[in-house]
Amino acid sequence: MMSIIQLMPAELIRILIGLIAILAFIAVNALVLVYVERKVAGFIQRRPGPYEVGPWGILQTLVDAVKLMGKQLFSPTGGDRLLFWVAPLLAFAPLPLLFLSIPVGRNLVAYDASLGLILILAFSGLNVLALCLAGWGSYNKWSLLGAIRSVSQAVAYEIPLLLVVLAVTLMTGTLQLSAIVESQGAWPWQWNWLIQPAGFVIFVICALAETNRAPFDLPEAESELTAGFHTEYSGMGFGLFFLAEYTSMVVVSSVCTILFLGGWKGPGPELLGFIWFFAKVYALVLIMMWMRWTFPRVRFDQLLNISWRWLIPLSLFNLLYVALVVKI
Amino acid sequence: MNLIDEIREAVKGLYSLAIGMGVTGKYFVKPEVTVHYPRKTVDNIATYSGHVELLQGKKNPLESDCIMCGTCERNCPSGCLTLQYDEIVEENPEPEKKKKKTKKLTALLYDYSYCSLCGQCIENCPVDTLGFSNHVYWAEYDRCSIKMDLLSRLKETLKNKKGA
Repeated sequence: MMSIIQLMPAELIRILIGLIAILAFIAVNALVLVYVERKVAGFIQRRPGPYEVGPWGILQTLVDAVKLMGKQLFSPTGGDRLLFWVAPLLAFAPLPLLFLSIPVGRNLVAYDASLGLILILAFSGLNVLALCLAGWGSYNKWSLLGAIRSVSQAVAYEIPLLLVVLAVTLMTGTLQLSAIVESQGAWPWQWNWLIQPAGFVIFVICALAETNRAPFDLPEAESELTAGFHTEYSGMGFGLFFLAEYTSMVVVSSVCTILFLGGWKGPGPELLGFIWFFAKVYALVLIMMWMRWTFPRVRFDQLLNISWRWLIPLSLFNLLYVALVVKI
Repeated sequence: MNLIDEIREAVKGLYSLAIGMGVTGKYFVKPEVTVHYPRKTVDNIATYSGHVELLQGKKNPLESDCIMCGTCERNCPSGCLTLQYDEIVEENPEPEKKKKKTKKLTALLYDYSYCSLCGQCIENCPVDTLGFSNHVYWAEYDRCSIKMDLLSRLKETLKNKKGA
């Protein structure tokens, strides 16, 4: 046993430990966030939310997860069985990779890739492919419509997102996430969000659209498409999509925290940086939930208009402005 | 629409989004308005309009004011109500005059499974002896068991009232 560990390079051991921690975090995080989401929905609508299972209903999502795992898996007749079952796996598989290069604190990162930002952007793009395959493999009009919507939505919103990220990297001159955090100070007025507030707002809007959250949840659109791309999924197939949704919420919030809100930086000892990091991330997640239960879903032409007519020109202006700031 | 108008429109839209967030934010911290049903119940059941019932009479508080005219039966669009009464013929001591007839209500059958709660019977009752009940917490396993006799129901409620 010892010899195997000695044979492995130290970097690999670090990545393995990181991966195990990340997988545990993903599962617990999804359980907690589903509960929080339902509670937030309840409070905003002035009802108690989950209440019966466990004290204040805290065991509700655990029981739901057990139910999901116990359910029979169906595949629709006429659908493409292979693509149908590859899709939820493809939605879930890239998630641990996304966390791999996110620095939670100083040196508290599984693999501090020098192109960490590119890694995250590239692998989060796989989610669209998963939705597309799910819609195609389901052999169902609603699923297919949801898939079509998700693809055009992702194409439209990836552009302003990348332009905003580009503006940040232009300023910091690096794609390494820990270096981007290091370039920001400890206090809120030293973070990037004050240097480019437009970029921050555009990033938040694009993050909502990229994670298919309301008001941009058109691929799912319960009231129009039953459940959109995951209409035909039962049991853990559906569960994996759900897991992917809540995990990608945390991923985009983490990236937003790192790019604009100073990552683990904050007043107080550096050792407690991870507390600052998680506080910022979950504050952003809560704001996303708050938005979901406030705003109605946008129409599809409105969705594309927001991106092509407002966000893309604005993010180009933001890029110009940041270039000027850097030059001066 | 020129560019300035569009920008003004967009800024207005963003402002309304902020107002919306403010509204839900306020609601988030306000106390809840629903109750945990089996443990607590609401206290405004008097405002509930349940199935049709025979009311306690204003003239004779021991039974209903029903005069067995059959208006409710005729006006019901679904035919849920059926009047049943006995005709009692009494010999009049004066032989020239007509015999004295009295009616006695034996049952007012009500088939709740067909009732749409339109209230035609209640609106048309000449003596105002029909009304909506406050019977909320009621569940049955099949539709046959929600047929009832309104007269015996009234008798029971009167008996309970007297007991209390």
